[in-house]
Amino acid sequence: MPGIVSDGEVDRLMRDLEAEAEAGGYHLNPDRGFTRDLVRGLLANRERYGYISCPCRLASGDRDDDLDIICPCDYRDPDLADYGACYCALYVTADVESGKRAAAPVPERRPGPAERDRQKEERVAAGRAPGTLKYPVWRCRVCGYLCARNEPPETCPICRVSRDRFERFM
Amino acid sequence: MQRVPGVDRGRVVLYALSTCGWCARTKELLTDLGVGFSYVYVDLLAGEERDRVVREVERWNPRVSFPTVVIDEAKVIVGFREEEIREAVGARHSE
Repeated sequence: MPGIVSDGEVDRLMRDLEAEAEAGGYHLNPDRGFTRDLVRGLLANRERYGYISCPCRLASGDRDDDLDIICPCDYRDPDLADYGACYCALYVTADVESGKRAAAPVPERRPGPAERDRQKEERVAAGRAPGTLKYPVWRCRVCGYLCARNEPPETCPICRVSRDRFERFM
Repeated sequence: MQRVPGVDRGRVVLYALSTCGWCARTKELLTDLGVGFSYVYVDLLAGEERDRVVREVERWNPRVSFPTVVIDEAKVIVGFREEEIREAVGARHSE
């Protein structure tokens, strides 16, 4: 929904995302026009839903249901590894960025609603299991960062996603 | 459903998201090929209409991902698969 987002806002978010990506060893798609449109889509989603859900996926509008597709999504890193780009192609690998390799079309990896519900229950059960460790270990579902402490960090120090993107790992 | 006029290559329907770059490329490709088609931005729909269209997409593509192109209620192409789309609308090579 172009129109409701100003060019200045798009520039600002694009700059921020680029700086964050490079600092974390990730890369934005070098096709500036394409990337700009995706960033505009992220901002349109923030306007509509209150969070930057994937521009190439249909969000429900319920943050809890959409948590796995808030950018960067839970599927970005496996898609980068397998295809050289994430699903919407906002992020690409270094060799795609430098033009050494073309990104392959990325099939949808996100499971359907029934499977997502099942996985969610599994995570809740894992979180309740009594541990024998001195501290629980939390895993960032976006980048895989692990930390052993009573609660996950407010923001992932590696990929900057929020606390609710962590799951109990051990 | 919006209609883009063009050559009749059967009933071509594009289910898309207004924010998605691959959906935009698909729409551009169909437009450039001069094919008549209908399209709908599912993310801009609300309430019952949205539920109805989502169920429609689900029939062709259970993952409900975008873009989904349906030709003559039979052939389904999921994603921006340029060659497949060209062939399906009968526009082989160098158009």
